[in-house]
Amino acid sequence: MAQKDLTPVHEIRPTTELKIPERFIPVPTLEPGHSFASVTDHISTIVLRKKTPVGWFVGFGISCILMGILMITITRLVFVGVGIWGINHPVGWGFDIINFVWWIGIGHAGTLISAILLLLRQEWRTSINRFAEAMTLFAVAAAGLYPALHTGRPWYDYWLFPYPNTMSLWPQFRSPLMWDVFAVSTYATVSALFWYVGLIPDLATLRDRSTNHVAKMIYGMGALGWRGSAKHWHRYEHAYLLLAGLSTPLVLSVHTIVSFDFAVGVIPGWHATFFPPYFVAGAVFAGFAMVLTLAIPARKFFHLEDFITMKHLENMGKVMMATGLIVFYSYVVEAFFAYYSGNVYERYMWLNRATGPYRHMYYALIVCNGLAPNLMWFKRFRTSPAMLLVTAMFANVGMWLERFVIIPTSLHRDFLPSSWGMYHGTIWDWGMYIGSMGLFLFLLFLFLRFLPMISIFEIRTMLPEAQAAHGEEH
Amino acid sequence: MALGKVIEGTYGVIAEFGEPQELLDAANAAREAGYTELDAYSPFPIHGLSDAIGFHHSRLSAVVLGGGIIGGLAGFFMCWYANVVWYPLNIGGKPYNSWPAWIPITFECTILFAAFAAVFGMLALNGLPMPYHPVFNVPRFDQASRDKFFLVIQARDPKFDIDAVWKFLESLGPREVTDVPW
Repeated sequence: MAQKDLTPVHEIRPTTELKIPERFIPVPTLEPGHSFASVTDHISTIVLRKKTPVGWFVGFGISCILMGILMITITRLVFVGVGIWGINHPVGWGFDIINFVWWIGIGHAGTLISAILLLLRQEWRTSINRFAEAMTLFAVAAAGLYPALHTGRPWYDYWLFPYPNTMSLWPQFRSPLMWDVFAVSTYATVSALFWYVGLIPDLATLRDRSTNHVAKMIYGMGALGWRGSAKHWHRYEHAYLLLAGLSTPLVLSVHTIVSFDFAVGVIPGWHATFFPPYFVAGAVFAGFAMVLTLAIPARKFFHLEDFITMKHLENMGKVMMATGLIVFYSYVVEAFFAYYSGNVYERYMWLNRATGPYRHMYYALIVCNGLAPNLMWFKRFRTSPAMLLVTAMFANVGMWLERFVIIPTSLHRDFLPSSWGMYHGTIWDWGMYIGSMGLFLFLLFLFLRFLPMISIFEIRTMLPEAQAAHGEEH
Repeated sequence: MALGKVIEGTYGVIAEFGEPQELLDAANAAREAGYTELDAYSPFPIHGLSDAIGFHHSRLSAVVLGGGIIGGLAGFFMCWYANVVWYPLNIGGKPYNSWPAWIPITFECTILFAAFAAVFGMLALNGLPMPYHPVFNVPRFDQASRDKFFLVIQARDPKFDIDAVWKFLESLGPREVTDVPW
């Protein structure tokens, strides 16, 4: 029988070749032509190569300089106290809380990508989850600096934690600030566990690939003796899925509880029931923007276009737009509530935002978070790394402005006009902010050099040979 | 996890395969041939492989549920004990047992303990960390974390007879069959 006779009827194509327009051809999540070996070698070589690229040293050097600024700022803060910051009466929360919320928000994308997209079976998450999880951990580390240092006497920070003590004192568990301690520390711990569990099989790969004795020992210790047994994989996948299920409500709870820091207070501009969803949407928006900000240069620099394809960038752009629009909707709702409440303080709060001394911040916020994400409606922009980067930068700035608008703008006009004031960050506030970026980049550069930035074993499961293998179904 | 008694200094016999489907078929064939003490090694999780070697359920869900329940109770008890019994504070005349205010911390503790149970439970049930294992003695086993697939029939298997097992594994079409020394 001739070969062509075996072709099923529906597979016979007309002889005149139909040209499928390019926009209907799906972009793959993994470029074709890879094998288990090539995927393993490509990603592990970035870590295991002997020669460190010059660009890495440049980036690492810059992050070290910024870290130096952070160290100087913290030293002065510990010696002098929070008086070096711009906070005053009535604005008791300034850059410290703005930056804390900004970083925590950025830290939401990692767990969202790892957990929620895993449960939703979004396979494209595989290429970016490790990177985003690392980013989460470092953002939470940067965020953690602020509440620890804004207490004024950070050497007493352990008082935040409940422990039986000779003073017979206990924390006030009814306070949102205590909820925050538990939410953020739980989030940091669970994110670290999730990240480490994901790393174990890849550390085993690095152990087996490494030729350097010391590196072999260190990766080997991290791998805990992982040998890829089917029984181990079975429990591993089970544990990973359970962790994803646990992290999903966790990630939503963290920014909810952060928003309670404000919503439980009676300040107009804070005391609003829509704060939890508004903050969570903002966190996802900020997180995806930061993943794009970091992934686009990293993809180019480490030649990872085969693994982080245009599909990933485009999907992240879509998520960024969707959450950006939710955030913008919240600004509209906020204005409507102020009007509809009929409360003179609430109305004044919004008028003060839009026309008061900080109105420029508010307008910039609307441009960054309200208008800029709409660029993502156009496929031309969604598929252009440069435009994605620009939109993401708008979002990064916009989310910082949002917290500025919420915190000092709500506080600086108190209920009593006699206590009105103004707030400006001092050079130490800025030093701390820029310094925390240094800490973030410092950790990120170390991660890029010493750990696989893409989950190798999960990429292996994406290959057609792996997808074709099937056991006896039950 | 006990590794069974030493039989003539051999842990078992290992066969190397090049494709995930080959390993799956081999594991199924070994189970159908009556071998029970099997293990398979792959560089990524293969759906159905644990069933193929006769490993069906793990107790991890129960461990995680237990962790979550303990965490939730512990979190709530901590708040209640500290704010009602040990250091009661009258806040605006509200009841001491103001339990709704403790739900966020109770929730976070539930998640924290359940996550610890999931990770450490998984590692404990897997018998990790275990830096030494006989399969690491196989020279090509470092490929198991790259692109090769292995099937072991252990010496503690009641049907284990080194020549028969060797012959059986060779009949499955592997790339190589090797002895796994202790």
